Amino acid sequence: MIERIVDVAIIGGGPAGLAAANGAVANGAEKVLIIERDRELGGILQQCIHNGFGLHRFHEELTGPGYASRYVKMVQGQPQIETMLDTMVLEISADKTIVAVNPREGVVCIRAKAVIFTMGCRERTRGAIRIPGQRPAGVFTAGAAQRMVNMEGYLPGKNIVILGSGDIGLIMARRMTLEGAKVHACIEIMPYSNGLTRNVVQCLEDFDIPLFLAHSVVKIHGGDRITGITVAQVDDNRLPIPGTEFDLPCDCLLLSVGLIPENELSKNIGLAMDDITGGPIVDQYRQTTLPGFFAAGNVVHVHDLVDFVSEEGDIAGKWAACYGKGQLAQPERSIAVKPGKSIRSVVPQQLAVTRDMAAVRLFMRVTEPQHKLIIEIASEGRVIMERRLPIAKPGEMIVIDIPAEKIRTASEIVSVLVKQQGGEK
Amino acid sequence: MASVKRKLSCIVCPMSCVGEVLLEDGKFVGVTGLTCQRGREYAQEEVTFPKRMLTTTVRVTGGELALLPVVSRTALPKDKVFASARCLSGVAVQAPIHEGDVIYANILGLGVDIIAARDVAAS
Amino acid sequence: MPPIEQADIIIIGGGVIGTAIARELARYRLDILLVERQPDLAMGTSKANSGILHAGFDAHPDTLKGQLNARGNELYRTLEDELDLDIRWVGSLVVAKDEEDRKVLEELLERGRKNGVPGLEILPPEAVLAREPHLAPDITGALWAPSAGVICPFRATIAFAENAVQNGARVVTECGVNKIVTDNGKVTGVDTTLGFIGARYVINAAGVHADCLSRTAGDNSYSIKPRKGEYILFDKAVNHLVNTVLFPTPSKVSKGILVSPTAHGNLFIGPNAEDVADAEDVATSSQGLEGIIAGARRLVPAIPLQAAIVQFAGLRAAANTGDFIIQASETVSGLIHAAGIQSPGLSAAPAIAEKIVHILQEQGLSLQAKADFITATPKRVHSSELSYEERQQLIKSNPLYGRVICRCESISEGEIVDAIHRPCGARTVDGVKRRTRAGSGRCQGGFCGPKVTAILARELGIPITAVRKDASQSYLFYDKMPVECEVVSHDRTHS
Repeated sequence: MIERIVDVAIIGGGPAGLAAANGAVANGAEKVLIIERDRELGGILQQCIHNGFGLHRFHEELTGPGYASRYVKMVQGQPQIETMLDTMVLEISADKTIVAVNPREGVVCIRAKAVIFTMGCRERTRGAIRIPGQRPAGVFTAGAAQRMVNMEGYLPGKNIVILGSGDIGLIMARRMTLEGAKVHACIEIMPYSNGLTRNVVQCLEDFDIPLFLAHSVVKIHGGDRITGITVAQVDDNRLPIPGTEFDLPCDCLLLSVGLIPENELSKNIGLAMDDITGGPIVDQYRQTTLPGFFAAGNVVHVHDLVDFVSEEGDIAGKWAACYGKGQLAQPERSIAVKPGKSIRSVVPQQLAVTRDMAAVRLFMRVTEPQHKLIIEIASEGRVIMERRLPIAKPGEMIVIDIPAEKIRTASEIVSVLVKQQGGEK
Repeated sequence: MASVKRKLSCIVCPMSCVGEVLLEDGKFVGVTGLTCQRGREYAQEEVTFPKRMLTTTVRVTGGELALLPVVSRTALPKDKVFASARCLSGVAVQAPIHEGDVIYANILGLGVDIIAARDVAAS
Repeated sequence: MPPIEQADIIIIGGGVIGTAIARELARYRLDILLVERQPDLAMGTSKANSGILHAGFDAHPDTLKGQLNARGNELYRTLEDELDLDIRWVGSLVVAKDEEDRKVLEELLERGRKNGVPGLEILPPEAVLAREPHLAPDITGALWAPSAGVICPFRATIAFAENAVQNGARVVTECGVNKIVTDNGKVTGVDTTLGFIGARYVINAAGVHADCLSRTAGDNSYSIKPRKGEYILFDKAVNHLVNTVLFPTPSKVSKGILVSPTAHGNLFIGPNAEDVADAEDVATSSQGLEGIIAGARRLVPAIPLQAAIVQFAGLRAAANTGDFIIQASETVSGLIHAAGIQSPGLSAAPAIAEKIVHILQEQGLSLQAKADFITATPKRVHSSELSYEERQQLIKSNPLYGRVICRCESISEGEIVDAIHRPCGARTVDGVKRRTRAGSGRCQGGFCGPKVTAILARELGIPITAVRKDASQSYLFYDKMPVECEVVSHDRTHS
């Protein structure tokens, strides 16, 4: 078996992996290897041809491929970074041995000093949400359809209904319309859209595509190819209300019903996982509970802005390089960060406390839309920090920086929760 | 004088304020409900001369990829976006292509070029 | 392919019964033709069933079900290697929840002994819970049948057909039979969507359509009522919940809602039993799914719904006679029925095939065994099961084995190409799935679907837009709708 020895091995060459590679080299790694299963680098960005990427990072609004190309050029400009394309990782062991396979070299073994997981997400399927009915052709996840439309050059249908008003569903509503298909409706189970308002306006309202909030698809019809769906209103428990059903004919149903971090490799080596995010538990260095294994990007928690994915990749790359050189010190102690009232998840879930530690950026999401809220960060009942916000939505990640001194004053558990302004909790 | 009120969701920042624009004889007269100047400017433009960026794909001949993602260099009039996209649906470009290349100049005579969003090598 | 005009024996139906019969008949010097109306084999009941090789204690000894189940189970032990089948001999437990159930177990034990089922034993609750720690604790015992197993019904169906074709039989898909043609009370052939095909004998293995076809020949001795069963399949990550096939104590109507491993290491629950009017109705329903979840929870309370990956339904071909109908037609000479095959049809299939051969002999068919009958199909390659050294060798000889297409199940392009080009090869995306497992995993083809589509297009020499998911009109993708075509040279000036 062909063997390679590297300082940092990065699994996945999308935005997180590309940033991690750059971050690793910038912090002294001499041999960095990106292992990517697709035929080119860039990950999901290559199929996200719409713009809106990079406002924070580059102060420009780039397309997905445009953002990817910035990072790919950075990576290609660095001789310390090698890339293996069209290569699938088969196995990773706790001793940081990676077995991968590709058609040219066959089975390849890589030994790394540090490993970074940047595998991204897969899409939630029809089967996972159990939509009853026949199983005709014409039911696709929105991302898979996006790949076919934007990269392979085929349409998944001509009369579309979209289930899910998160950004992927909204973007595909516009995309399919611009390709000459008719998008009949967007169905959303929650009473609000999880996507950016900008996307609701520019993808649905611009094209007069009706948005059915608090509705769900209760049946799929059609033998060979889908002929339509039955839609029903849902109650507060998101269960269909009998008597509210109506049929919508269509030849294509696109599902935008959630992303699941792709952690099969992480689970196989026994990393501690966070049930809510679906990703590994990480500290502010993006190190997992297994020393020398780092993770960044959508594989840790689903992001909405690629700029934060790149930031996370940078962090993981930097500290993986340091780890590889033996320069990542053991912390004096660890603090667990727990989501409290109305907070769905917080990353990092652990804080490594060291004497010369820097400020930590916490990324969090609320469980439902909030107005005039205070995000309270507390430890053992004592408030460490507060942030007032006029508005917060589950679909928009909130970022709060905690200075190092404040972290050091905290005890073993820090909780992050929501309070209403005006005193009510 | 025909007086019309139109509801509008502002997209400038995550606040997503909802306001109402007042039009008289189709002309912008004022706006209520939007809390800042940027929002009010957006509202005025959105009702008088709404614009959108266009992103789509064109076909590639002789390239490593079948499609090239393209983007309008600047925003187009909103009511010309669909027609521009349909015009580009018939366009095929010969590889190699470099990011920034003008793929289609002056789309629909609107003075806006459509440019390549990435490189595509020749196969 | 030149039009087919004649065969000695036509088998109608490409499910496991039809292909098992074809394989058995291929031992003899006969011109065998199997016709299947769908684009692939195993698209009817053989596609959507519990995949169980029953031990054989459930059916009464004086029924064909009872007589053929245990024999079929035994035959699979040789077929497993000959035909490279996917079988796990995990055994089964019929679980009793109260004293009445316990009495039924005793009846089943007795019946099983009469049917020749080996190793049956009634276990006390502690022993049962030691085997199955996730079982509901409120049980009064269980009937343990070590000879039961789980099998991949797609591989079984296709393997029988592959071996039949290896031995000279012909299998034609997308050939639907409209009418069994007779002359003076004797079969002369079949009218199909590809024209008339003459034959001396016609074997009716047409599943839920067997009674309609039989009537076209003037034989209305039975009727088939399709009885739907719905299933939920779960991620392999939760397969530690059961080790063996778990049955509730059966009712008069059905074996009940099971919790079971599959041959490939998934977990499933189901089926329910609901009579339906339409023989094409394989839709799942919310009430149906809720019902099987409730039923399964009585056996295993912690059914992990969040790990569900797919739901599907199949139709049992339930005959009004209540038993298999494996006999020569009493009104039409040359017509043999292999109909009314519901549970334990899959288990009994090889024994049903043996019986059909005997019936043909009784009907006057002269059987001359082939001296050069090939008993074994070529083994399939599973790159993910090879050692890394073996895998490296394989990739050196064919680089396509080095590209993983289905990430969830770790299936390489080489295996997919092989599945397309073997006898009775895949021509649809689900055909690839049934043969290779590509698309059967947790992402349900989200990642590999477009790639499998492209591979099919390439290997079959058809455009992407001509690739189908499964059924005959199940096209997946359309060409874009360009407004007009123009090749431009472009300006390289950057902005």
